[in-house]
Amino acid sequence: MTVKQLSVFIENRRGRLGEVLHFLKENHVSILSMSLADTSEFGLLRLIVNDPEKGCRALEKEGFMGTVTDVIIIKLPHVAGALQGILELISENDIDIEYAYGLSVEAEDATIVVKTSQIEKACAVLKENGIGTMSPEELSKL
Amino acid sequence: MIWSKNETLSREEIEAIQLERLQETVHRVYEKVAPYRKKMDDMGVKPDDIKSLKDLSKLPFVTKQDLRDNYPYGLFAVPKEELLRIHASSGTTGKPTVVGYTKGDMDVWTECVSRIACAGGATSTDFAQICFGYGMFTGALGLHYGLENIGATIIPSSTGNSEKQLMYMKDFGTTLLVATPSYALRLAEVAREIGIDVKKDLKVKIGLVGSELLTDAMREEMHRYWGDDMIITSNYGMSELMGPGVSGECEYLNGMHINEDFFIPEIIDPETGEVLPAGEKGELVITCIKKEALPLIRYRTRDITRLMYEPCACGRTTCRMENLQGRSDDMLKIRGVNVFPGQIEEVVLSVEGLGPHYEIVVERDGYSDKLTIRVELAKATDSFKELERIERDIKNKLRVVLGLDAKIKLESPNTLARFEGKAKRIRDLRKGV
Repeated sequence: MTVKQLSVFIENRRGRLGEVLHFLKENHVSILSMSLADTSEFGLLRLIVNDPEKGCRALEKEGFMGTVTDVIIIKLPHVAGALQGILELISENDIDIEYAYGLSVEAEDATIVVKTSQIEKACAVLKENGIGTMSPEELSKL
Repeated sequence: MIWSKNETLSREEIEAIQLERLQETVHRVYEKVAPYRKKMDDMGVKPDDIKSLKDLSKLPFVTKQDLRDNYPYGLFAVPKEELLRIHASSGTTGKPTVVGYTKGDMDVWTECVSRIACAGGATSTDFAQICFGYGMFTGALGLHYGLENIGATIIPSSTGNSEKQLMYMKDFGTTLLVATPSYALRLAEVAREIGIDVKKDLKVKIGLVGSELLTDAMREEMHRYWGDDMIITSNYGMSELMGPGVSGECEYLNGMHINEDFFIPEIIDPETGEVLPAGEKGELVITCIKKEALPLIRYRTRDITRLMYEPCACGRTTCRMENLQGRSDDMLKIRGVNVFPGQIEEVVLSVEGLGPHYEIVVERDGYSDKLTIRVELAKATDSFKELERIERDIKNKLRVVLGLDAKIKLESPNTLARFEGKAKRIRDLRKGV
């Protein structure tokens, strides 16, 4: 199952990240997790939020370039090698990981956000192998 | 439609008119304009030495500096009481350049603009919205009188308040837009923001653009916003020569037809001042042969172009000048390389995923020049690869075109300044250059 992620382009300029966070706050969009990939000139801010569409509209109104993308949130037991096993499974099926970042750590498991190529196929492979993914409903309860 | 039969004369007929008018002008200028008489005397040339058009090259040049040195009326050939109008250039550095018009000059100006407007597709049924700043700048009033003369309906909306401009366009049924290329794009952007579909909701089908370079890439970009069927032509002029109306493109887009019965063009080597043969690229020099107030002889335009005398499919026989690649004034020297902003524009507009706006920043970094190009993303993406692809594309293309490495700064939309008049896309922060 996939969930929606909000991605925003930000210039590497002082205060720019703060502006994004400010406009999300103004619109009551709360952030569950974030990742920032950057070069010396620009960055891509990727966010798991409670309402990505609303967040995207709010930021676009302020002149930001935002987009909503499908990603998978994988549940991982607290076992050494859990993530490695899953990644192996994914790559065996000729699917590429484009990026990944952590979402949460709970008592019984942890969750990571993963963007893959052929995302529908990736979901099917995970499901067939009994690997848990988070649904949008579950996410909204976080 | 061809406005005047003088646009279709044979070469012999054109040259006969040119020679007669040139000789008259040189005699008059020698008699009435002391600074130019002095220049001619210093070179040992007399008006009677001009026996053929070839003899034009014996005459001294006039430059913008001459206009400044003789500010305000020193190069005028009529008493100032005979003037009907004064215009002036912005004069960003020092005194402005002042130009004046007699009744006869106003008529010539109107005639010239009517011709180029017709060449660009204008007719008496057009509703022409003039989005040039009215005032001391010659662009707006030049187009205004020329278009009115052919019977078009004028909407003198001037610049500013883009939303209101679009409301006029929609409600008054504007069919013809006069603007700088960059303002035409800006209007299309604002239309999108306020929910007007320029292709469907507006009737604009002709664009007469000027006062700024129109590169091929910019024209394509304009078509993308305004529709493929819009006729977009550029026209050329400068206040020193008259204003708009010196030359303009016809629908065949083969370069700009020069109104040769009023202006004699030459191409010179900008370094040596030597006249170059037809077809070669160099600095455009224009002699005004039918002006009363300010008949400049061999005025150095600083514009780089070439002349083409082959007949055009439109039926006009007048000489054409290639669309400008840049004003030599705008040329930047970066790490010893001559760079025209138009070259950078072509690259920016050719890269997928970018908007049409850009800014060129040149800085001094130690002993070397640093070139930075700021561009705006046109489409949101979640792919880092895509952003890197855009950055790499511009970099590589710039390296091929200019032979220079540039730093690329990707920006969010609407970050860069927008302009209603001439776009200012260059920031040269080097000191003492």
